[in-house]
Amino acid sequence: MARATDLISNDILFEWLLRRGDTALVLGHRVSEWCGHSPVLEEDIALANVALDLIGQARMWLGLAGEVEGEGRGENELAYLRDAWDFRNFLLAEQPNGDFGQTLMRQFLIDAYQVPLLEALKGSKDERIAAIAAKAGKEVAYHLDRSADLVIRLGDGTAESHRRMQQALDALWSYTGEMFISDAVDTAMAEAGLAPDPASLKVAWQETVDAVLDQATLTAPEDEFAHTGGLTGRHSEHLGHLLAEMQFLQRAYPGATW
Amino acid sequence: MPVTEDIVWKWLSEIPDPEIPVLSLTDLGVIRDVAWQDETLVVTVTPTYSGCPATAIINLDIETKLLECGVSNVRLEQQLSPPWTTDWLTKAGREKLRAYGIAPPVDGTRSDSSAAGRMARLTGQGDFKVACPRCGSENTEKISQFGSTPCKAAYRCQACLEPFDYFKCH
Repeated sequence: MARATDLISNDILFEWLLRRGDTALVLGHRVSEWCGHSPVLEEDIALANVALDLIGQARMWLGLAGEVEGEGRGENELAYLRDAWDFRNFLLAEQPNGDFGQTLMRQFLIDAYQVPLLEALKGSKDERIAAIAAKAGKEVAYHLDRSADLVIRLGDGTAESHRRMQQALDALWSYTGEMFISDAVDTAMAEAGLAPDPASLKVAWQETVDAVLDQATLTAPEDEFAHTGGLTGRHSEHLGHLLAEMQFLQRAYPGATW
Repeated sequence: MPVTEDIVWKWLSEIPDPEIPVLSLTDLGVIRDVAWQDETLVVTVTPTYSGCPATAIINLDIETKLLECGVSNVRLEQQLSPPWTTDWLTKAGREKLRAYGIAPPVDGTRSDSSAAGRMARLTGQGDFKVACPRCGSENTEKISQFGSTPCKAAYRCQACLEPFDYFKCH
């Protein structure tokens, strides 16, 4: 079986897997916060289902991360028993939901990245990574259809929905640059043929974003400043609050099961 | 008489899907393999969607059914690749869905990863008709990309005015 173990150190692979798993987990949890609060029932159900897919994907990535780490930690320990500085998600994923429009804009900006990423990962030299990517990629392609559709409908909607979508885009734009910056982990993964260099995903992402924003009559900010830190554990204050809620049960009642 | 793999397949075909009980697990196409390894029966299962809550129940139902049939030495294995697709939904399963009030998947309409395909869908060129499972009319419209479970979308029939679930092509 083709596995990364022969091609790269477990430490690097573990670190990279956390980035995938934590981004899916944190975004999935954020989206799940809408459950019971969405503007209409259909959207409530849709958001909950997107959250389910993402949390399912997080389980696959974190399960593999735990296996690679080899310290006896599984998906649950990694999700519930690490503090903010050990999380490796993109800062964009942890940004607050804001209104419905901002939630959909955040989803769109990440979906447009995940689709080419997962597509490229289907060709990973590690068959476990390729299998997760093939599974998750089908789901995320559907998410992107939905988030792009809603960004267009709300952007090119009423004056109020347009204003809110532009505001959301302006607020989130400076968190998108982080997704394309490569560090030593990314370089090592790319050189071993295990994952694409993040910078190589920019063209596909930009193409999708430009086309959708154009139809949505929205304008991307020109400023290229990028907040960074998510991949090294320096998060915005929002992640700690998110974890306080997500991890409450395991922190208050360690080892609880039902 | 030894329990052959064919017999096990038949037993598995009697287990209903926990969320769409009109379908059996074999109709759904989630059982990928049945094989004896020495004294152990190994059943290989693939999840439909990554986060589908039915996955754990399906595993439990398989173990329970096999135990009832007298096979106690069972090992379930999860297989992710190739990923589950509605192409594996049996013909009989599709008819059962329709009779149950759920429109079966329209083949060849799954979301692909290509930007061109997406733009075609977003601009309406990729539209496809989903026939109402009650009255058969193709005058239907999508209400939401998701329905009551991850595998379905919500539709409404403009002819008979009934809402219905559509089992997405995946």
